[in-house]
Amino acid sequence: MQFEIRDPRPIWQQLAQQLRERIVTGVYPPGSHFPTVRELATQAGVNPNTMQRAMAQLELDGLLITNRTAGRTVTEQRDVLDSMRRQLARERTEEYLKYLEALGFDRRAAADLLAPEGEDNHE
Amino acid sequence: MNELLTCTGLTRYFGQTKALDGVDLTLTSGKIVGLLGPNGSGKTTLIKIMNGLLQPTAGEIRIMGSAPGVASKGMISYLPDRGYFPEWMRVGDMIEMFYDFYADFDRDKAEDMCRALGLEADSAIKTLSKGTREKMQLMLVMSRAAKLYLLDEPIAGVDPAAREFIMQTILTNYNEDGTVLISTHLISDVEQVLDEAVFLQQGRVVLHEAVDSIRERTGESVDALFREMFRAQLY
Repeated sequence: MQFEIRDPRPIWQQLAQQLRERIVTGVYPPGSHFPTVRELATQAGVNPNTMQRAMAQLELDGLLITNRTAGRTVTEQRDVLDSMRRQLARERTEEYLKYLEALGFDRRAAADLLAPEGEDNHE
Repeated sequence: MNELLTCTGLTRYFGQTKALDGVDLTLTSGKIVGLLGPNGSGKTTLIKIMNGLLQPTAGEIRIMGSAPGVASKGMISYLPDRGYFPEWMRVGDMIEMFYDFYADFDRDKAEDMCRALGLEADSAIKTLSKGTREKMQLMLVMSRAAKLYLLDEPIAGVDPAAREFIMQTILTNYNEDGTVLISTHLISDVEQVLDEAVFLQQGRVVLHEAVDSIRERTGESVDALFREMFRAQLY
């Protein structure tokens, strides 16, 4: 899996976003050991200070727990993980709706597009 | 913030040409800094003054409190913008020479990097391609545990895959307490590695800011901002 830095937002925010996705999708499972700043910075090809900032944000989110002796682990709190999962879904949905709005679809028409083939008859 | 290097009103003429025009710049430890500017903006002149190869016409430079000299050369690891090695020498000879020359040269690190970069100790320099020469120079420079790495155009003239490899090598090998100054005009290739960007325009520092702070403030990448600033100059 690759990190992608493609848009003009601050780099640490893009890294934080992708790390959150990795955690809620179970790439790094609940309770598991989280890689070090250095490892992830090398993997992403970014400055360690930038990766450090992204990981500090994940600690603030409650997704990462810092242990004094054992480095960082992924949280085991289901509610924290679930609420982050919902937050990511909401953000993506907003983007989707904004795009469709620009194309001339209202929210109802946009939602219709999400229904599987053959189920979108509201008569 | 511990100051590593300070330039005050640094000015340099070449005959009638003003290459540097009152540069004020402070670098702190533990940063990777991009020295960014179009060709002829003064990047190489500034780097050469920093490592004592050129004298300023006016102004002052201090490296950890003292003027460039024997002591600062022991702390600075310099990658010039062109090769200066005798063609007949071999990669292994260069490692020996650097090991003799610099107290902070880590031979094990040099050998590890040779393996990673695919460099053979018994290859003669004259047989190396441009990209491989670039990698060899980088290997020598990054094998030192320096306080300040001055890398003048480390990725110019090599293909994009080699550029990525070179940037990775810099990232994984620099001394974390030290500062790396990378001059380049290929900004999109270095942007994500940098803490800070310094924009040089006609011998002046026109911007010195953290990369993510530039992105936050302008909503643009450093690459996009650079293109905008230096395009406007044409008209």
